[in-house]
Amino acid sequence: MAANDRGATDIAIVGFAQSQSVRDAAPSEVQLLVPVVADAITAAGIERSDIGFTCAGSCDYLTGGPFAFVSNLEAAGAWPPISESHVEADGAWAMYEAWMRLQEGDIDVALAFGSGKSSPSNPAEVWAQQLDPYYLAPLGVDPVSLAGIQAQALIDAGKATERDFATVVADSRRNAKSNPNAQLSGDYDVDALLAEPYYRRPLRKHDVPPISDAAVAVIMARGDKARELCERPAWIRGMDHRIEAHQPGLRDITSSASTTLAARKAGYDGGPLDVVELSSTFSPQEIILKNAIGLGAGVNVNPSGGPLAANPIMAVGLIRIVEAASRIIDGTANRALAHATSGPLLQQNLVCLLEGE
Amino acid sequence: MCSDFIVSEPRIIETKLEFPYSRTLGPVMGAFFMALRDGQLLGIRAKDRRVLAPPLEYDPETGESLGTEMVPIGPGGTVEAWTWVDDPTQKHPLDHPFAFALVKPDGADTSMVSAVDAGRVEAVHTGMRVTARYRSEPQGLITDLEAWEPTKS
Repeated sequence: MAANDRGATDIAIVGFAQSQSVRDAAPSEVQLLVPVVADAITAAGIERSDIGFTCAGSCDYLTGGPFAFVSNLEAAGAWPPISESHVEADGAWAMYEAWMRLQEGDIDVALAFGSGKSSPSNPAEVWAQQLDPYYLAPLGVDPVSLAGIQAQALIDAGKATERDFATVVADSRRNAKSNPNAQLSGDYDVDALLAEPYYRRPLRKHDVPPISDAAVAVIMARGDKARELCERPAWIRGMDHRIEAHQPGLRDITSSASTTLAARKAGYDGGPLDVVELSSTFSPQEIILKNAIGLGAGVNVNPSGGPLAANPIMAVGLIRIVEAASRIIDGTANRALAHATSGPLLQQNLVCLLEGE
Repeated sequence: MCSDFIVSEPRIIETKLEFPYSRTLGPVMGAFFMALRDGQLLGIRAKDRRVLAPPLEYDPETGESLGTEMVPIGPGGTVEAWTWVDDPTQKHPLDHPFAFALVKPDGADTSMVSAVDAGRVEAVHTGMRVTARYRSEPQGLITDLEAWEPTKS
């Protein structure tokens, strides 16, 4: 679509920043965010006072205290008073809210960020607490165990093999070699990976993402403001979020109907994509998501390495969007799709379709 | 940029994650947990005649109220998918290696996340027949269904 086809309400990513994902960051979550938000503002070439709306995504369960997210506002600077909101979700959902707010048309620039420090806690126990409190949470069923069930279901359905899982991991870590923000990278042999012991059979440890700490921020702008700020803005063609049943046994966990629907509603028509960034937290989920979106074999999936290379929960989804947008802004891609997820076993899925001019 | 921060003694804050509330479970989950205490699993009849387990108040597809037609299910069931836990955490329902599984109780059309106490990984397979084992001293929690165990033929 040509630039002049776009109306004044078109919205684009014009700046971003992220911190390197690390296993155990010494700074606090807000200390991770302060330089990231400042760098995103610098990258976009704006003043803080230009920002008409701010939305943050984080998780109080990680910090272990109610309203822990409030301190993260230090990074945005809450004086003089700003218009802001928070989602108890990945930063991708904060971006979704800010994108909708921009569509009101009365502001030109919005900031969204996501942050998470998983290192101070035991994620396996924390995330079990976010499941339905009646049927699931008392079982202490952790994300890795749930992913193991999903992996076995995928194998039983004939949709994937353990070798497919290992291939996803080898691709992820090879791609991550060119990503300075990734945590795990390198050349791995699929047969050697398959020789590793099971962790949650049929999953091995490498099928599971690392524990990561990081933060990410994006600046979005509307129409002419976006063109003024950025030589080649990453236009948000569409963004959509769909939800399925929370209970894994009440849906088909070998597919992702909500991803299929979100991709379609975001405007993905099956055409060529230069870059795809998926929140495939566990290696089998990359196969499920590729099938759900309808991606062919030649598509460049997770050139950043994806969540298997760095999984800063509450930032990892927005990082997917940033990785896609960055390749449009730098001119190496013209059409990109990014995906974020939330809830047990891909319960909720968000798809963002981005295009250059 | 992380290395720019000078970190002295780490600050330690102890917090307890909990739901410190008493809740009424409502007509559907209330019936389920009352029956579970007595060693009976219940599902709920959906509009399309399917029996959903665990029972919900609302149809997960349409959001419609499902009513209160509870249907006895189990105590037999079938393993639909599973993973093996070699190293149970303190939060897990069993203190020795076990399988977390999706188990479809007999009479239900959906499956529940449950523990399967099979002793060893070689004993577990998709499609295996299992039987519900209930706690001798029920607590009103889903873990009153302590585990499923291999059905003795």
